[in-house]
Amino acid sequence: MASGIKDKVVILGMGCSKFGERWDANAEDLMVEAFEEAIKDAGIELHQIEAAWFGTAIEDQHVGKSGVPLAMTLRLPYIPVTRVENYCATGTEAFRGACYAVASGAVDIALALGVEKLKDTGYGGLPQRGRGNLNNLYWPNLSAPGSFAQLATAYRAKHGVDRGDLKRAMAHISVKSHDNGSKNPKAHLRNRITEEDAIKAPMVAEPLGLYDCCGVSDGSACAIVTTPEIAKSLGKTDLIGVKALQIAVSNGQELQYDEWDGSYFATTRVAARRAYQEAGINDPRREVSLLDVHDCFSVTELVTLEDLGLSPEGKAIGDVLDGFYDAQGRVPCQIDGGLKCFGHPIGASGLRMLYEMYLQLGGRAGDRQTGDPVFGLTHNLGGFPSQNVSSVTIVGRFGA
Amino acid sequence: MGNDVGILSFGAYVPRLRLQRTAIAAANTWFNPGLRGLAKGERAMANWDEDAVTMVVEAARDCLTGFDRGAVGSLYLASTTHPFDDRQNASIAAGALHLRPALRSLDAGGSLRAGTSTLAAAVAAAAGAEGHVLVAAGEHRLAKAASLQEMQYGDGAAAFVIGSGRPIARLVGAHSETVDFVPQFRGHDRAHDYAWEERWIRDEGYLKIVPRTIAAVLQATGTEASTVNAFCLPCTLSRVVPGVAKRVGIADGAVRDNLAAVCGDTGAAHPLLMLAHALEDATPGDLILVAAFDGGCDALLFRVTDAITSLPRRQGVKGTLARRKEETLYQRYLAFNDLVTLERGMRAEVDKGTPLSLLYRNRDMLTSLIGGRCRKCGTVQYPRGRYCVNPQCKALDSQDDEPFADRPASVMSYTADRLTYCPDPPAYYGMVQFEGGGRMMTDFTDVDEGKVDVGTPMRMVFRIKDVDAARGFVRYFWKAAPVTSA
Repeated sequence: MASGIKDKVVILGMGCSKFGERWDANAEDLMVEAFEEAIKDAGIELHQIEAAWFGTAIEDQHVGKSGVPLAMTLRLPYIPVTRVENYCATGTEAFRGACYAVASGAVDIALALGVEKLKDTGYGGLPQRGRGNLNNLYWPNLSAPGSFAQLATAYRAKHGVDRGDLKRAMAHISVKSHDNGSKNPKAHLRNRITEEDAIKAPMVAEPLGLYDCCGVSDGSACAIVTTPEIAKSLGKTDLIGVKALQIAVSNGQELQYDEWDGSYFATTRVAARRAYQEAGINDPRREVSLLDVHDCFSVTELVTLEDLGLSPEGKAIGDVLDGFYDAQGRVPCQIDGGLKCFGHPIGASGLRMLYEMYLQLGGRAGDRQTGDPVFGLTHNLGGFPSQNVSSVTIVGRFGA
Repeated sequence: MGNDVGILSFGAYVPRLRLQRTAIAAANTWFNPGLRGLAKGERAMANWDEDAVTMVVEAARDCLTGFDRGAVGSLYLASTTHPFDDRQNASIAAGALHLRPALRSLDAGGSLRAGTSTLAAAVAAAAGAEGHVLVAAGEHRLAKAASLQEMQYGDGAAAFVIGSGRPIARLVGAHSETVDFVPQFRGHDRAHDYAWEERWIRDEGYLKIVPRTIAAVLQATGTEASTVNAFCLPCTLSRVVPGVAKRVGIADGAVRDNLAAVCGDTGAAHPLLMLAHALEDATPGDLILVAAFDGGCDALLFRVTDAITSLPRRQGVKGTLARRKEETLYQRYLAFNDLVTLERGMRAEVDKGTPLSLLYRNRDMLTSLIGGRCRKCGTVQYPRGRYCVNPQCKALDSQDDEPFADRPASVMSYTADRLTYCPDPPAYYGMVQFEGGGRMMTDFTDVDEGKVDVGTPMRMVFRIKDVDAARGFVRYFWKAAPVTSA
């Protein structure tokens, strides 16, 4: 087993654009907004960046293919720019590329930037696109809410949960995220909602109502990473290190082999196990200070809390309703408002989650600051419950 | 026995939706008050994902109950509403039915007699044919809003296996007359029929051409008209069929119900549907006369044999008619039949192009719903990959064909999606688990709100998946339907 990358890479600077329906901005404007904040935060010059990873998923809706749009927009100095796409885990995939480049010693300073400009489709929700020539011929015409809604039906059947109890726990998840998002100036949705609002909202895909679904937004987020030694030489103190970066990808077992019951993410369980091992975390429920999960839908957050080993299997509903994951709870989840309030500009989301962990670990989260965290976990998921890309990233105080 | 040719089996399919004629009248009598008198009973209405081919496949599956599909050597498909003008419709059905590749197939059409003419041709061909002939007729009939036809027509299909063996009915004789008498027509590129005056159709058509055709077959076979036990003749005009029976000497009681009250007239399929219905009620020795009128007349006389008593149980006409859901929304019928310009939303704009080379290469998987069974570990899986999906096996190229179409399934997870585009929202879909192994994520169809849950028993059905309106192509695939409604 490889030793992993724990503390071989630190975050030098991060940036995040204002997320929202950015009728005023092209993807390029969003990229610049996130990048300007990050490079100022890092305290370096453009020419010091030696390699870049560019994450964007629905590139045909905005910048087009390849690494060229990033290089052109930022006027990068003829460096390698790799464009990555891995469903909705694209942002984390970009971050992983930059971290691995630094960890390997190939470059000293690397950039990861994710962006998505979704609000040029003319309708709400994610753009409706083909799924590949063969898949188009036999997959159902599924939407994101429709595929994740099935988690709820399968979870309910497996654990014998009452429909109303499940719906109430999902409502609590959304209420909590809206409470948190209301304090975040960069969030798209900043309104607070009640459990009743969530429960009575129009149905999108049974049993997911409007408030069980995250928003759809434009946005960009960006990270600049380097080695601890270089960061120190640049005068940085209180370093924030990368503890673990793990991704697990479905191989068809959930979809085609008669084992998986549809109520959880097989991939997340594997990625989490590997990430805790890489980070040296033995008891995540006690050691993880706070987390941002991929709450594309309330039910995704619910089952993910179990898949990450934070709540025992079948017990997340109790933890959620007890406030364990609320802002004042033992392990705050979605303290920035999550996808629920930021929306989900696909290429940016994984980096946006890390941005909040970076602020929290640095004590720079303002009204949202949660004490003195040690480990922050992000979970960035792409695809469908039956076939997906699941990533777990852990960042924390350098040396912890 | 080898040369004992006749009907070996029959099957039927009537779509589950039954549009209430009162709903048609309520919407249209402001314009055509004459419809009020027809506002009785119900007519079969194809779901948005059904057409002549999908309905024929269901009728044929019913017909092939307990039958060795490998014994079918020919497939004749009759319809005046074939979804394709050029792409053999029979070949689509053959793929869905997973018939053998060494298959003679043809599409017949051009007249409401297409069903009976094809049946007659099949009987004639069967004696010398290699393998049995599967004859199927199906129609998805189109009519203009507020027309009489809209009230009278229905959608449905019937299928027969013709061949040698132990026939349930033998052909006693057949006669046809071909006359360019045009009760209605549909020109090239036109969606709807254009009909002439009913009184002329009755007096000059039905009451003259049909009797002389029937008389010819009775005379040629030395049959007394009074010995006919069942007389099947589709006709949407009232009191015409008893009039024909009277002219030729067939007893009143032999005239079969034309299913107008419960189904409507299914065009080229209708005489075959009526024949199947008559066979369900028949006893050995019965004489069944089936006739169709349109551009002349076909008349076929069958005698039922003892074998009918040992035919395996099937859905048949009665079963498919019993599987019904009353449709009271006339607007839904208009939408399903492209009779109204519906705002389908931007999500409906996704390109539905089908790469034909890809479709061909994956035809077993897509059209025949064939997956794999691993020779090493026995795992069944859909679709089949090059490597076995069992994590303990992962053998390369280890799988034999495994058909899933007739395998019972149940719901593992599902949703009712109101966001994605569906011609009949919400879109129901989910994961189904097959009995004996294998699972797939697929669309559901024929689902009633609140009537599906984890564990609901499902049956796979061949349906329209997408319509590529830009290119005029229809994409088919298999969907899961609740057993109670399938």
